[in-house]
Amino acid sequence: MKTKQEPRPAGRGIRQSMSDLHTWTGLLLGWILYAMFLTGTVAYFKDELSQWMRPELPHQVQVPDRAVVAQRIADELGTLASGSPQWGMRLPDARNNSVQAFWRTSSTPGQRGFGEANLDPSTGRKVTSRDTLGGDFFYRFHFQFHYMPAVWGRWIAGVAAMFMLVAIVSGVITHKKIFADFFTFRWGKGQRSWLDAHNALSVFGLPFHAMITYTGLVTLMALYMPWGEQAAFKTQAERQQLTAELSAFIQPGRATGEKVPLASVEDMVWQAQERWGRDNVGRVTITHPGDAAARVAVARGEAGRVSMSPQYMEFEGATGRLLGIREGVGPAAETRGVLYALHLGRFSDTVTRWLYVLVSLSGTAMVGTGLVMWTVKRRQKLPDPDRPYVGFRVVERLNVASIAGLSVAMTAFLWANRLLPQTLAERASWEVHMFFIVWALALVHAVLRPPRKAWVEQLWTATALLTLLPVLNAVTTQRSLWHSLAEGDWVFVGMDLMCWALAVLHAVLAMRTARHRPELQSVRRPDRQPASGVALREGEA
Amino acid sequence: MDSDMPWKGSGARGAGGTLQPPLQPMSAAAKRLRKVGPLVSRIVAALFGGYALAALGSVAALALPMSKPQAVLTGMLASFAIYAGAVIWVFAARSALRAWAGLLAVAAPLLLAAWSVW
Repeated sequence: MKTKQEPRPAGRGIRQSMSDLHTWTGLLLGWILYAMFLTGTVAYFKDELSQWMRPELPHQVQVPDRAVVAQRIADELGTLASGSPQWGMRLPDARNNSVQAFWRTSSTPGQRGFGEANLDPSTGRKVTSRDTLGGDFFYRFHFQFHYMPAVWGRWIAGVAAMFMLVAIVSGVITHKKIFADFFTFRWGKGQRSWLDAHNALSVFGLPFHAMITYTGLVTLMALYMPWGEQAAFKTQAERQQLTAELSAFIQPGRATGEKVPLASVEDMVWQAQERWGRDNVGRVTITHPGDAAARVAVARGEAGRVSMSPQYMEFEGATGRLLGIREGVGPAAETRGVLYALHLGRFSDTVTRWLYVLVSLSGTAMVGTGLVMWTVKRRQKLPDPDRPYVGFRVVERLNVASIAGLSVAMTAFLWANRLLPQTLAERASWEVHMFFIVWALALVHAVLRPPRKAWVEQLWTATALLTLLPVLNAVTTQRSLWHSLAEGDWVFVGMDLMCWALAVLHAVLAMRTARHRPELQSVRRPDRQPASGVALREGEA
Repeated sequence: MDSDMPWKGSGARGAGGTLQPPLQPMSAAAKRLRKVGPLVSRIVAALFGGYALAALGSVAALALPMSKPQAVLTGMLASFAIYAGAVIWVFAARSALRAWAGLLAVAAPLLLAAWSVW
């Protein structure tokens, strides 16, 4: 009490304000951030997840020649999307055994209707697998959520990312001994341990966390900060200069109406392969296919360079003549391309991808431990630990549902993929509904049960679901673990092993939570308080 | 221990740079306003003032000696750093008034730059 009367030294004051800022920016949107971090982490394996969720598609032993595939898909789109002003396709690669094709359904400018399909590279026909969003669900949820217009979701994600950025900067300022903190770990000391874990996770991955947060904002910066663009460009044509710096999208000119069949797409892709490498061709975009004014853009793949800036070859569709090669953008656009690529990590080989996932998981754990610490820190000072105030209870229960509950819900989504009947109408949507239904149930459960029991029960539920998922997979598909091992199908093997590794993690957390007795410690041992008070001031979080 | 009662310290300081002696009689509502007012002011300054400053900065970037698309992108890329910096400043400043004054001080030259290209 007495300290309040004394004016504090300026340094201490700033550190205190930053500590408060860190606490509140971290908490207020912490639950959203946790979900964004975890689904985003999983999305680094979205192509593998999509493979797992479409078990009818055979294991891809060798990536087919992309030039041949491109021709096949273009032929198929000729019937599937005839009359469309624009087609696009993402060619298969080592991680992706189907072709994602999309097309504009309306030729009226301004109207944006899109069709899309997953096509089999070997036949060109629509893949005959169960209807699912696959790993793309987590990928999209990560930045635009669900059940709301995409733009709203993106704004929410942007606000959350901005809070995260402020929490990171203020968190760093709060720590005077950031390096020493990294080597400090006090096991089994309640709040101290949570603080040390939070510090270690944050400091270890700090460059990554800062990078991923800032680059996340960069991916959607044109939405969040449109003012410079609006001030600089008055007409659509001017704005086109900017678009050209950002994507390989070629502006569809006016169709002539004169019907000319498309020249060999295979030949065009082959030319791109000659330039960038056999395995390094990404998207093919065709505007006004079948018209004399048709244009084909073949984009460079994402491997071999850490940038998403557009690089493509443009061909005249009717003759197959090379019109130009674009291999560079301005310095600011290139910077943006690099930041964008760093966020998505698509350039990664397998090892880098795993590193991405592990550090990203540490970021998830950073947010999670921060959320839990908010309650741990305050629990010791509750006047009556059995009857905490409303805000405390809200945070406590939201923590359970958003951390343990999310694990349950995400695993339930995969269960739904295996269990929902293939004939179910709107099957892909129902997989997603199951995710949210289970998540909502987790919240109800967290509200109804005493907090510690809720934690333990939900963590064990996640453990059970994760442990049994490989079993469910073996029972419901032809692709059991022993089969995958025999085939050398490392995506399916990895998925099964990953489930068990995560099951172990959840089991350990469940057992530790069950053994923990937080309230008793602080009530029975008041002699500990002074010591912890000193430590608190040193490493305030 | 202040961290348990967030903003208490900074809020009281914000009322005018000095701490209020708790003995003076004051109506409950006025007391509350004195305590919460500066905090609310800072939050508004951080959320909206910070965004406005970042937006202004992204427009001011058009005055940079580079082509329009590059300048637009530079402004967008830098805007989030401006925003984050503004928020940190707002809560690090000694009073709410100083927080606003700092934002305005940075906004003035940016406004001039933005004015020249609008």
